[in-house]
Amino acid sequence: MEAEANSGSPEDSWAFIQRPGEGCRTVPLAGHVGFDSLPDQLVNQSISQGFCFNILCVGETGLGKSTLMDTLFNTKFEGEPATHTQPGVQLQSNTYDLQESNVGLKLTIVSTVGFGDQINKEDSYRPIVEFIDAQFEAYLQEELKIRRLLHNYHDSRIHACLYFIAPTGHSLKSLDLVTMKKLDSKVNVIPIIAKSDAISKSELTKFKIKITSELVSNGVQIYQFPMDDEAVAEVNGTMNAHLPFAVIGSTEELKIGNKMVKVRQYPWGTVQVENEAHCDFVKLREMLIRVNMEDLREQTHSRHYELYRRCKLEEMGFKDTDPDSKPFSLQETYEAKRNEFLGELQKKEEEMRQMFVQRVKEKEAELKEAEKELHEKFDRLKKLHQDEKKKLEDKKKSLDDEVNAFKQRKTAAELLQSQGSQAGGSQTLKRDKEKKKTREEKSISDGTCTTPGKHPVVPCALVVCAV
Amino acid sequence: MKKRQKKNGGSPMDPLRQSPSRSSSRASSPRTLPCEMLGYVGIEAVLDQLKIKAMKMGFEFNIMVVGQSGLGKSTMVNTLFKSKMWKSTMPGLGVPTPQTLQLQSVTHVIEESGVKLKLTVTDTPGFGDQINNDKCWDPILGYINEQYEHYLQEEILITRQRHIPDTRVHCCVYFVPPTGHWLRPLDIEFLQRLCRTVNVVPVIARADSLTIEEREAFRHRIQENLKTHGIEVYPQKCFDEDINDKILNSKIRERIPFAVVGADREHIVNGRCVLGRKTKWGIIEVENMAHCEFPLLRDLLIRSHLQDLKDITHNVHYENYRIFRLNESHVLPRGPGWVNLAPAPASVPAPAGPQANPSPPKVGGWAKDNSDEEC
Repeated sequence: MEAEANSGSPEDSWAFIQRPGEGCRTVPLAGHVGFDSLPDQLVNQSISQGFCFNILCVGETGLGKSTLMDTLFNTKFEGEPATHTQPGVQLQSNTYDLQESNVGLKLTIVSTVGFGDQINKEDSYRPIVEFIDAQFEAYLQEELKIRRLLHNYHDSRIHACLYFIAPTGHSLKSLDLVTMKKLDSKVNVIPIIAKSDAISKSELTKFKIKITSELVSNGVQIYQFPMDDEAVAEVNGTMNAHLPFAVIGSTEELKIGNKMVKVRQYPWGTVQVENEAHCDFVKLREMLIRVNMEDLREQTHSRHYELYRRCKLEEMGFKDTDPDSKPFSLQETYEAKRNEFLGELQKKEEEMRQMFVQRVKEKEAELKEAEKELHEKFDRLKKLHQDEKKKLEDKKKSLDDEVNAFKQRKTAAELLQSQGSQAGGSQTLKRDKEKKKTREEKSISDGTCTTPGKHPVVPCALVVCAV
Repeated sequence: MKKRQKKNGGSPMDPLRQSPSRSSSRASSPRTLPCEMLGYVGIEAVLDQLKIKAMKMGFEFNIMVVGQSGLGKSTMVNTLFKSKMWKSTMPGLGVPTPQTLQLQSVTHVIEESGVKLKLTVTDTPGFGDQINNDKCWDPILGYINEQYEHYLQEEILITRQRHIPDTRVHCCVYFVPPTGHWLRPLDIEFLQRLCRTVNVVPVIARADSLTIEEREAFRHRIQENLKTHGIEVYPQKCFDEDINDKILNSKIRERIPFAVVGADREHIVNGRCVLGRKTKWGIIEVENMAHCEFPLLRDLLIRSHLQDLKDITHNVHYENYRIFRLNESHVLPRGPGWVNLAPAPASVPAPAGPQANPSPPKVGGWAKDNSDEEC
């Protein structure tokens, strides 16, 4: 397993302390310096930060996932059993704060709801894989941020995946194989045989052998407990041989001897959960929590997460070396992408601005048109008004002219009258009168007579001239 | 595919845990319900697992000593780690003082009780020795930034190494000459610039030339100087996590700068073999608290705060550098390994970088009034 790690040298223990060719010599100490407290300092730091552990339980409904979690952590987690009528696979995640002496653990348990209940199970694995990827993605995003808070970050990546196998006694189901194959490169998969009190001992050994051979032949890589550290190598080695663990979960307690033991009671006997002869529960607890928790976390971070990160970044188009094989900085391409993105943004902004300007122009044009129309109407009306006024004025002028003409005639007539009354008397008067009459007649027949009053001369009609 | 999170609004964090600090105030963590465990589960075994793993991997520590020549830097390093890291240089023995500041780094592996420590000591001969010492801090800043740069380059690779080699300077010990008066302008300038990039621990060097009263007076004046100029030396007040840390660190802060004497010769005093300096009027014992404060310095650097120094370097100083680098990568003092990450603009201002800003970008507790520096 270690050999598959990216660029991890075989002698991992001193890999970075004594890099070949660096020539650091070991110097003997002449006295006690005191840095042997370093591991304690480290541990104190970790304690104050707290630990984080995320378990994913994958298995069909009714295999005892929640019960096993309760038994494993010796507590009662909240939750109700799920029904079998879920339309699709969903993941339910709950976080709990556990405290033991001075160690605080933030435990997240994610459970699949509705796994294996559908008629068509082709896509059952998909929500699980997407969930795991989403956690990696969240971490990657946080890591790529410019202003990041990695040491405060609540790590939600799945550290261990417990795969519950139904105790049929024959072999793995095809759903199990497919799901485990999809998950083995993304998370540490630990298969366990659930409800193993339904299988007898001899059947169990055959079952285990069958399972392991099927896993191997299908190329599923389950989590192997690490063997490179002498302290735990032996224990881990024996445990590896017992995989997959056959477990029983129970929260009921019974007094046996003088201790309270967790049991499952049957009419034909009592199964003790923590009895190694009855089931492998104790081994699972040892391996999962007491011996390898830190290793599970480290594997998740350095193998699975790095793999995900590498794939994701390559997908986004980054490389470590460009075609000229000069070391290519991730950040340069990142910058280029960012500039590209900014450019796009700017372009969009420009477009929007232009559209806005255009709309404004249109509206303006419309308003101008309306205004013009109004002006025209106003002009028209004004013109009309002026025309009428002019007409009236003309009429007035002509009437004035007539008045003036009449006045002139009147003065002229009076003058003649005064002259006539002196000299020729009535002849001229008559003549004048005749003249006047003819003139009057003429003017009356013309219609331009301006003298008011009745004219007795005209026989046909009584013309009344009014001014 | 939505992940349904059952957020139980139960009681807040277990009262046994420490008060809200920079580590437990996780912004993104869901609200959780504290659960009672009915029996022993074995979670605390994870501490042992951590220890085993750490011992297997070993530790790294990089320390830099800065000060004028003749202040006993090399001797001090030898005394701290009780081994011959350097050959103590004797002045005037044909070794000319370097004309320019050159940084020399030496790496050793030391082991004690199964704990392996890879120690890198960087010396700065020639610092402050010239007539014109203007900008003598630039090579040092360049070196420090170069180490950050290496780490950053490794971190942003696609295929990263499992463990990135950490050459960043975790602690810088600054030697103040024992004038007895105040900090000199050179000291103030240097400390101002450096305390923002690296953890700085000032010490009064060659303290055997000061009497106890002079020492205390000198210390007070230096503390006042530091406060006036806004220089935050390690342990920084703003990173105190909880009340225990505060108490512990306040005690340390009262005694900063430590008055130290370095010695790598052993003498017999009262039948015991001690490290000390022999003079006509007596033997100054290095490890005697009544004589000098070397044990305080050693405890601070090695026995109690080594991991803390590394954590602050990684979580604060390195992050600041990273932010600055990713945003405005053209305004930093450059070491030889500098790689241009962003295209430099047409007009490059003087390389003053974050040190010139009155409130440079800081993460986690320092002034957050620099949103204008974000890109």
